[in-house]
Amino acid sequence: MTILAFDWGLVIEKLILIAVVVFGSLGIALYTTFGERKVAAILQDRPGPNRAGPFGLLQPLADGIKLIMKEEIIPTAANKWLFILGPGLAMTASLMTCAVIPWGSDIELFGRKIALQIADINIGILYVFAVVSMGVYGIMIGGWASNNKFSLMSSLRAASQAISYELAMGLALIALLMTTESLSLKTIVEQQVQGSWWNIVYQPLGFLLFFIAALAECNRTPFDLPEAENELNFGYHQEYSSMKLGFYLFAEYINMIMSSAIMASMYFGGYDLPFFDESTVAPNIAAMIGVGTLLIKIVLFIFLFMWIRWTIPRFRYDQLMNLGWKTMIPLALFNLLITGALILANL
Amino acid sequence: MSTVDILFYLLSAFAIVSATMVLISKNPIHSVLWLILVFFAISGHYILLNAQFGTIVNIIVYAGAIMVLFLFVIMLMNIKKDAEPQKQLLVKLTGVVAGGSLLTLLIAVVKQTTQIENKQVLLKEGTIGLILTLGQALFTDYVIPFEISSVLFLSAMVGAVIIGKK
Repeated sequence: MTILAFDWGLVIEKLILIAVVVFGSLGIALYTTFGERKVAAILQDRPGPNRAGPFGLLQPLADGIKLIMKEEIIPTAANKWLFILGPGLAMTASLMTCAVIPWGSDIELFGRKIALQIADINIGILYVFAVVSMGVYGIMIGGWASNNKFSLMSSLRAASQAISYELAMGLALIALLMTTESLSLKTIVEQQVQGSWWNIVYQPLGFLLFFIAALAECNRTPFDLPEAENELNFGYHQEYSSMKLGFYLFAEYINMIMSSAIMASMYFGGYDLPFFDESTVAPNIAAMIGVGTLLIKIVLFIFLFMWIRWTIPRFRYDQLMNLGWKTMIPLALFNLLITGALILANL
Repeated sequence: MSTVDILFYLLSAFAIVSATMVLISKNPIHSVLWLILVFFAISGHYILLNAQFGTIVNIIVYAGAIMVLFLFVIMLMNIKKDAEPQKQLLVKLTGVVAGGSLLTLLIAVVKQTTQIENKQVLLKEGTIGLILTLGQALFTDYVIPFEISSVLFLSAMVGAVIIGKK
């Protein structure tokens, strides 16, 4: 099958993979909203959603139907095109990250070797940064197009927060990249599968900084300043209703899943199951075990995100900026120096 | 026509249309958004040259960081369509003549440069734009210019902080 100098089998394979990953992420995000409400309920000692279906398991579907059925309102003073573009951009940017995440080792199907990764590009982790910096536009455009002071203020807050914490995130990551000597996520995970330790052992401080920055990038508590109700009513999506609001809320959960996947791949071995030799089972089964392992790691990270959300109160805006610029960035630079010195000393 | 050719013409058309829209959009926010699309089209050209690092840095720095600052400024100034100063016809005409002359000059210079005459662009392959090659070139052959430019950046940053404090 070679038309136009293309291997069409590869195209079909990738399209199927993209569909599975995108719809899989959407499905997980749907149930993350349910998980969030259940975790909140457990932490606050109340039953939580338990009416729709057994244990309230159909609650996300009920929420989805409610959001779609609601009346669609576009304010008269809003910039119509940009008002619609905003949530779409937020959603696209959060889903695009999944292209470089390695979901498992290679599987063999119909005599083809299929990599469980949409694209293993040479600059994998930089691609993630590019997509993250695109995510800011969804919020900024939506907030501005609403033509509402609160939305505008909140979107400016969100953008400045994202830009500030991207710096600390990048610096924390550079220290890790110095030890891995590769930007490709696949290579980084394979190194951890083959090597004896996960990267968290070499980069504990780097991981802590990366995790805090990820909380801020996902607009999660204690960094959910853009959604501070007592100051800004509802935040940058105040004027949105129906599924457009749903897109913004959903994008946040998908961001959480993607950043959990990135953290699991970068610092916690990705699809590597500890104390288990993958070569003892058939490659396809090993790959499936790998996918399951990565999913479990992602769920654990998401739980950590939620635990923090329902435990720690929100920062004040100046505290947020002080933490970002005066604590995180110097610490990240310090981490960079230590890592550089250790590499030089050949440890 | 190969796939690369088709992609090249598509991306070029995309870049030119977006660049024109930057100029003719009345709303400054729309102009900024079209400019972001121009950067994406140019990044597509980098991908055709297999310059992956160039692609991603173009997106992170230009489309990601600089354009966000542009948007910030325009949103906070809240420029309206009607409030924009209208230029006189003579000024517009002068601008067209000046810009057109610059374009003609640039094309002439590029066409007559002997170094690039009869040279083929490395499409789809070549390692020159990969991060490994680039890093080795920057930190071995060009280490002094590289370090000097970083000092320049540092002084610009210090200058910005000092101006901001006044």
